[in-house]
Amino acid sequence: MGMTIAEKIIAAAAGVESVRPGDIHTVNLDRMMSNDGTTHLTVDMYNNQLNHPHIADPKKLVFIVDHNVPSDNPKTAASQKKMRDFARENGIDFWEGKGVCHQIMMENYVCSGELIFGADSHTCSYGAVGAFGTGVGCTDFLYGMVTGTSWVLVPETVKFNLVGKLPEGVYARDLILEIIGTVGANGCNYQVMEFTGEGAKTLSISDRIALCNMAVEAGAKTGIFEPDEKAIAYLEEHGRKPKAIYHSDPDAVYAREYTFDLSKVRPVVAKPDFVDNLCPAEEVRGIKIDEAFLGSCNNGRIEDLRVGASIIKGHKVADRVRFLVVPASLEIYKQALKEGLIDIFMDAGAIVMNPNCSVCWGSCQGVIGENEVLISTGTRNFKGRAGHPSSKVYLGSAATVTASAIVGKIALAEDIQ
Amino acid sequence: MDKGTIFKFHNDLDTDQIIASQYLLLPNLEEMKAHTFESQDPDFAKKVKPGDYVVAGENFGCGSSREQAPGVLKALGVKAVVAKSFARIFFRNAINIGLPAIVCKDLPDEVQTGDTMELHMSEGTVEANGKTYTCTKLPEYMQLILNQGGLIASLNKEEDK
Repeated sequence: MGMTIAEKIIAAAAGVESVRPGDIHTVNLDRMMSNDGTTHLTVDMYNNQLNHPHIADPKKLVFIVDHNVPSDNPKTAASQKKMRDFARENGIDFWEGKGVCHQIMMENYVCSGELIFGADSHTCSYGAVGAFGTGVGCTDFLYGMVTGTSWVLVPETVKFNLVGKLPEGVYARDLILEIIGTVGANGCNYQVMEFTGEGAKTLSISDRIALCNMAVEAGAKTGIFEPDEKAIAYLEEHGRKPKAIYHSDPDAVYAREYTFDLSKVRPVVAKPDFVDNLCPAEEVRGIKIDEAFLGSCNNGRIEDLRVGASIIKGHKVADRVRFLVVPASLEIYKQALKEGLIDIFMDAGAIVMNPNCSVCWGSCQGVIGENEVLISTGTRNFKGRAGHPSSKVYLGSAATVTASAIVGKIALAEDIQ
Repeated sequence: MDKGTIFKFHNDLDTDQIIASQYLLLPNLEEMKAHTFESQDPDFAKKVKPGDYVVAGENFGCGSSREQAPGVLKALGVKAVVAKSFARIFFRNAINIGLPAIVCKDLPDEVQTGDTMELHMSEGTVEANGKTYTCTKLPEYMQLILNQGGLIASLNKEEDK
């Protein structure tokens, strides 16, 4: 019986010939990432709870300050200092102010075939180049840091067969919202979402990151694509090579299969307060907004900034609306500067911020107040996710968010002449 | 075992509701715990007593991997979380820190906040309102972690050898 790509990565990491869903294996971790959302607690546990504190291999660890950058109060600063000092004392790669952790990982570390744990739920992004990335808490992170290993319950895989090509003006962001709206917020709980088929090949690496990144919003352990020439070219551009290239066997076993025709996807919006609360963007057209956010590990890449800039060029942000533009990394920010995109956003009246998680995670910059409404390219729209519990978050594509910023109400790109 | 009071929550209750982002970088769980379930009930942390239970529907703890979510519940003395199903990261984090996360399909629909219940871990049953409910057994590996008081206690035991 064959294996899926996810099963092959786990088998290799466990040093066994084959694995089956439901098996529990001890695996060697290729890399581990932790950000300022939880690392201060991990460091405290390391210092206070371990009988024999040591690190298996500091070279496999990456610490990234990205959630509250720059820090917004003395307590945040103290928590980040703890992380910074620990990284320095232990020779751990440390990044601060350079971007959202997953974008930094994609640009600098992730290789096809690797098994990576990250202390952040959106670690599932790494499947875009055929790596198995999954989110864990700080206790799992600490265990991996000390032993270099962890335990894994082998998940079932759900196959998403993608056919056709996305129409003009429809984006991978619309597609993943459509997929989550179809399967539900726990539709793939503890499973792997494998994106495959001819349609998958048409998607760019940025598109693939957008899909894998939100696998966790359907409850999945990870999302994954088979690495093809686009994935290998992406790694080469960033000075890396695959660790291993795995393909799912023809006789691999899937828990379920879905087929999505990309040519039929239309602009969609996830309404408050659940990511699977899906509707066609037209249905919410005209809802008044207070803030629009273009950024995040889901949709803050150069491709997304290009879409936003092409729509807002020659227009202004609506009166009394804040439009936050937050490139997902410094590399993206610099590229946007070169292409003149930042000028376009600034001339339109957008607030261009330093690369970080920003309002997507509802602390630090851009937090919204009582009863305010945000339209966002971020990852989540849970109650109070972006600020006050009474505030509301709608999720849409870079195009829908930018059009809404111009109109001051939820709008589609076609509404902007 | 003593009875504890039930605090019941809805389906798809995400970890942002358990502990909101703006509190995650506070120095420790002791400071964070006063804000537990703040968006759902601002007085939750004052009302809940050690030995009480959190009961929920499907997909409890979805969203962010923040271990502070099970962490603040444990810090408040919540004895266990009983739900129809759990999101995987919350489930794993809860077991790792030694907070029982118990799947029970029938109980959540038949109890309300303020009812009392009693969890019998070894029998895998819950008693509430004069009725006994059977829970899904944890995989043996996870039960072992829980029995040892969590993953760090189990790691210390391994490394003491």
